[in-house]
Amino acid sequence: MDHQQNLASPEMTFQHHHSDAEFRKRVRKTTILLSIITLIELGIGLTIYTIHKGANPNASLVLGFKGMVCILTLAKAYYIVSVFMHLGDEIRNMIMTIVVPLMLFIWFIIAFIADGNSYKNLRNKFDQHFKETTMPNKHHKTEAPVEKPGGKE
Amino acid sequence: MSTQATVHQTKWWSGGKSPFNLEYGKLMMWYFLMSDAFTFGAFLISYGSIRFSQNFWPDPNVVFNAFPGAGHQNLPLAFVSIMTFILIISSVTMVLAVHAGHKQDKRGVIKWIAWTIVGGLAFLGCQAWEWHHLLTGEHIVLADGKLEMVVQNMRGNPWGKLVENSTAITAALNNTPHETLVSLVHSQHHSNTMAELSTLSDAQLRKLVDLAEVHIREKGPVAFGGYFFGITGFHGFHVFSGVVINSIMLIMTQKNVFQNKGHYLMIEKAGLYWHFVDLVWVFVFLCFYLI
Repeated sequence: MDHQQNLASPEMTFQHHHSDAEFRKRVRKTTILLSIITLIELGIGLTIYTIHKGANPNASLVLGFKGMVCILTLAKAYYIVSVFMHLGDEIRNMIMTIVVPLMLFIWFIIAFIADGNSYKNLRNKFDQHFKETTMPNKHHKTEAPVEKPGGKE
Repeated sequence: MSTQATVHQTKWWSGGKSPFNLEYGKLMMWYFLMSDAFTFGAFLISYGSIRFSQNFWPDPNVVFNAFPGAGHQNLPLAFVSIMTFILIISSVTMVLAVHAGHKQDKRGVIKWIAWTIVGGLAFLGCQAWEWHHLLTGEHIVLADGKLEMVVQNMRGNPWGKLVENSTAITAALNNTPHETLVSLVHSQHHSNTMAELSTLSDAQLRKLVDLAEVHIREKGPVAFGGYFFGITGFHGFHVFSGVVINSIMLIMTQKNVFQNKGHYLMIEKAGLYWHFVDLVWVFVFLCFYLI
C-alpha cells in the first residue's frame, strides 16, 4: 500500500504500522489481561469481606489487600490508556504533555487524604462526643446481614 | 489526497505540520479528557478526604450486596462485577470499531459501534436498577432512642454501627411510633398488607416484630449518599453522553459522511471519549466497591 495514501488526515506526516493479525492479537491479549486483573480484584474484595466477617479482623492485613487492589487498578488504567486509547503509540512529547500534568495527582491525593486524617485526629482529641458516638465497636458480631429487613425488591 | 500534500497547503497548525503527528481535534480531545480526569479525580479525592475524617465508614460489601431477582440473598460484589465487565467488553468493541475505521470498513464500523451502544445502554440499565434498589429499600435503624425505617439517599444512611445492646433495642421498640411499627412488621411479614397491619394495636405489632433475625444499625455518615450518588451519577452522565455521541457516529457512518470525507477520524475521537468513561469506572469501582 502507498505510504502517503494510507494517511487518515493531511495533518499527519506518517502512519503507525500495525498489521491486522498483530492488532487482533494485541487487543485479545489486553482484553484477557484486563479480565484477569478484574477477577483478581474481585477475589481480593471477597477476601477483605471474609476478613471483616471474622471475629478479630486484622487491620493491617486488610490495609495490605486494599493497597494491592489500588496497584492492580493502576495496572488496568495503564493498559486501557496505552493500548485501547493508543497513547503508547503516540510521539513521546505528546505522551508527556498528557502524563506530566497528571503527576499533580501524587500531591493531590497525599495532601487531601492527610488533611482528612488530621481533621479526624483533632476531633477525636478535642471532641469527646464525636469520638464516643462514632468510634466503631471494638469486637463485633458477624457483619453479614443474614437477611436484610425491608426492601421492596 | 496526494494534491493536498503540497507545501503551500500545509498550514495545518499554522506551523507547517502537526508537531505531534496528530490531528488537531484528536489532540484537543486528549486535553479535554485530561481536564475531565482532574474533575473526576477531585471528586474522588474529596470523597477520600471525608472518608479519612470519619471514625466509621459503611462497609461496601454490606451496602452493595443485592442482585436483581435474588431477593434478600447476600451477594457482595456480584452485581457490580457484571457492570464492570459490561464496560470492559464495550471498550473492546469500541477498539474494534476504531480499527474498522482505519481500514475504511464501513460495515465493520457500524457493527462494532452498534455493539458499543448496546453495552452502554446495558450499563445504564444496571445503574438505574442499583439506584432504585438503594433509594427504595428500607432498613431498620435505631436513632434517638426509637426505631426508624431508613432508605439510602442524600439525607440518610442506614448503614451505621451495628447495635449490639439488646436492652437498648427493646427500649427503642417500645418508643417506636405506630406507623414505623406497621412498616417494620410489613417488611418481615409480606403476606399482610399495610392496611391490615395498621388496624392492629401497638402491643400486637410489637409481638409480631422478630428482632432476632435482623441486624439493627445506627445511622451512618450522611456524606456517603451524596458522594455515591454524586460521583456514580456524574459517571453515569458521561456514559449517557457517550451513548449519544456513539449514536450520532452510527448515523453519520450510515449516511456515508466519513466515507465521503475519506477518513474515520471522528470515530477515533468518540472512541477516546468512550475509553475514558471505562477508565473512570475502573477508579469508581475501586473507591466505592472494593476498598
